[in-house]
Amino acid sequence: MFELLGISPQVLFGQLLLGLINGSFYALLSLGLAVIFGLLNIINFSHGAQYMMGAFVAWMLLTYTGINYWWALALVPIIVGAFGVGIERLMISKLYHLDHLYGLLLTFGLALIIQGVFRNEYGVSGLPYSIPAELSGGQNLGFMFLPNYRAWVIFASAIVCFCTWFAIERTRLGAYLRAATENPTLVGAFGINVPRMITLTYGFGVALAAFAGVLAAPIYSVNPNMGADLIIVVFAVVVIGGMGSILGAILTGFGLGIVEGLTRVFYPEASAVVIFVIMAIVLLFKPAGLFGRAAS
Amino acid sequence: MDTTPMANGAPMLKVENLEGWYAESHVLHGVSFDVRPGEVVTLLGRNGAGKTTTLRAIMGILSKRQGSVQFGGRELIKLAPRDIARAGIAFCPEERGIFASLSVDENLMLPPQVKSGGLSREEILEMFPNLRERLSSQGTKLSGGEQQMLAIGRILRTGAKFLLLDEPTEGLAPVIVQQIGRTLVDLKARGFTIVLVEQNFRFAASVADRHFVVEQGRVIDMIPNEDINNNIEKLHAYLGV
Repeated sequence: MFELLGISPQVLFGQLLLGLINGSFYALLSLGLAVIFGLLNIINFSHGAQYMMGAFVAWMLLTYTGINYWWALALVPIIVGAFGVGIERLMISKLYHLDHLYGLLLTFGLALIIQGVFRNEYGVSGLPYSIPAELSGGQNLGFMFLPNYRAWVIFASAIVCFCTWFAIERTRLGAYLRAATENPTLVGAFGINVPRMITLTYGFGVALAAFAGVLAAPIYSVNPNMGADLIIVVFAVVVIGGMGSILGAILTGFGLGIVEGLTRVFYPEASAVVIFVIMAIVLLFKPAGLFGRAAS
Repeated sequence: MDTTPMANGAPMLKVENLEGWYAESHVLHGVSFDVRPGEVVTLLGRNGAGKTTTLRAIMGILSKRQGSVQFGGRELIKLAPRDIARAGIAFCPEERGIFASLSVDENLMLPPQVKSGGLSREEILEMFPNLRERLSSQGTKLSGGEQQMLAIGRILRTGAKFLLLDEPTEGLAPVIVQQIGRTLVDLKARGFTIVLVEQNFRFAASVADRHFVVEQGRVIDMIPNEDINNNIEKLHAYLGV
């Protein structure tokens, strides 16, 4: 077996895999943020809390009703997405005529409340959620051991990201969404119900976060802070990719996961900050982000 | 007095005492005019007279408006823009509103059908052959004239037979202006009713049945197109040319 700069391939590929896993979550979450920001023009600060809710609802379904992981993957995004729809209808939609800052404050406050409620109810020690039997074990690839569940997370995330990209960039419904992102007034004047589209878009973005939460449940412990820890990095990912860019969010998510993994191999001390360093550099040279269009 | 052949019958659109505001500034001070089925009418006037605002108020895009806008006997003044569109009025804005993140084809197919009997995609492409070769281009990569054709073409698919066109000739080369003029004559022959905002009075005279002169947020005069030569002096005074 070869060695690179004195680093064994097991370590290198192990960290690359870990990077790809993290990247899968960055991509799913920043994609949801990008979709929401594109149409609603608000930064959804409760995104992390909604991701955490996804994991918790999956855990509750399993613990209280015996509904398994596979059903949870389908049901939890619908349940948490519906919660998002309610939030948008009852609260966020009342703020569209105000400065965007109010939407940010509202969703930030909601995140604190949601996290507080779960912390109160379930504590912070974390709840176990076991890997579904079909995905336990792993494959020995010769140069590394690949746990089946982790391969599944990367695969599922890539598929969902691709489908979302396809739906937005290549379908009729996506054309409505892109058009409304550019000029909601004119799209409304064509007879399209833009407020309903905004509500459903928010619900969809929240559902993506919840889906990521279900994927995360068997890997990370299900605990009320899991979203808050992750979302800060995800915001940096979104800034680097460029606000509102769908493809940018996906590519930057996976890419930065890998960069983070490689940093952990070659210069572990910097692994926690590398994304923020990249963010600072990108902001200096391309303030609109790598894939963002400068505001006109 | 009016001898326009298609001008008999009840008005299709009847605007009465329409007032409108942008934020706190009162822009429309009681606009009244009517449009009969099959007519092409223009709103003429100087910059800032309130022509564009009148179209936006009819379409419901102006958030604060009052008065009466009746379309086919139905009152629209309280409706949201999307319901006004669904009632059968299509709007082509001054800035054309071509979406940069959509291809030409996607732009063309964007407005949903609100009534049956709209033009087919094929008919629109026959009317504007330039668009056919550019269908997969980004919408805003088209020339100004092509963008204007796209902006008009896409609302012909919807089945709405009543069109509000805001300065379709603005900033375009004479040959393109002529092409748009022929298109409007063709649309009139196909039974479309059109309200046209224009600065180009010569162009207006070549396509319209009647002209309404807008000044300071009101309609102050109506000139049938056949009388236009007798009223040139008056029009020049109104338009300040």
